[in-house]
Amino acid sequence: MSTIKLDITKDHCPMTFVKTKLQLEQLEDGDILEILLTAGEPLENVPKTCKDQGYQVLETAHVEGNIHKVVIKK
Amino acid sequence: MLTEEQIERYSRHIILKEVGGKGQQRLFDGRVLIIGAGGLGAPIALYLAAAGVGAIGIADADDVDLSNLQRQVIHFTPDIGKPKVESAREKMEAINPDVKVRTYKEWVSAANIGAIIADYDFIIDGTDNFAAKFLINDACVLARKPYSHGGILQFDGQTMTVRPGESACYRCIFPEPPPKDAIPTCSQAGVIGVLPGVLGTIQATEAIKFLLGKGDLLTNRLLTYSALRMRFREIPLKRNTACPVCGDNPTITEVRDELDALTVCDLKAP
Ligand SMILES: [Zn+2]
Repeated sequence: MSTIKLDITKDHCPMTFVKTKLQLEQLEDGDILEILLTAGEPLENVPKTCKDQGYQVLETAHVEGNIHKVVIKK
Repeated sequence: MLTEEQIERYSRHIILKEVGGKGQQRLFDGRVLIIGAGGLGAPIALYLAAAGVGAIGIADADDVDLSNLQRQVIHFTPDIGKPKVESAREKMEAINPDVKVRTYKEWVSAANIGAIIADYDFIIDGTDNFAAKFLINDACVLARKPYSHGGILQFDGQTMTVRPGESACYRCIFPEPPPKDAIPTCSQAGVIGVLPGVLGTIQATEAIKFLLGKGDLLTNRLLTYSALRMRFREIPLKRNTACPVCGDNPTITEVRDELDALTVCDLKAP
């Protein structure tokens, strides 16, 4: 099992989720994806949409400023 | 691997659970043939190109005529006189430079249809005459190519998807073309311009679902649409063991032209 990092702090809806999804598709079941994203719309929607599409949200944590980390398990 | 530009272009597909990057790749790898670049073919060609279906064939021998423009939305006024397949190709490539369009400026016939359909995964019948509809059905059944049948007249349309050997084919329900005097002549055969938009879009949807391998195809069901009454109806079908082409003892074992089923218009030079 591996952990992949993805930075979508510079992206906007819907590219935030599009990039997350494309990355998740590349992973094996059980792999972990650590996403850096900004507060507001990305933080509200990306984990929610991941959950809706059957991925598991393990953790959401504040990193610094308006940047947060979301940990997803495939 | 998708480029940044492709990721953005297809973002609304990629977001869908049933599509994703993998489904989009299946569309890129897909090969669909559209027979007819008229009313039905117009939305089919535009939507398949927009969707990123990688290889699209389009067959039609006609040139664009002023009377086409009321419903054949892929052709524009300055295209009058141009081959329909050329006019269609220009719009498809303008919508999406990713797609490869192959044009066939010919009518399908028993002599050429086998070679044309051989290159494709899914065939769409967007023709306007019974001769072509029966020919396409027979050729697809014999070559085991899945295809979408579509037909429109006045305010009514119908469509069904055929998976040869698995679901009912066109001849399972209509073993022979209708008698010559029952085939509408041109003057009777008006069509409300929006009608092919509805039916063609359904046919394009079937091709896309087939390539994605998602959802349920319109097999063993004939979907009819009345624009005047704004009603869809679904008629359940099953394979006919006595079907002349896909039944237990088929009498049609090679394609043939149904010359009696050509309408008066087909026999005139366009
Ligand atoms: Zn049949």
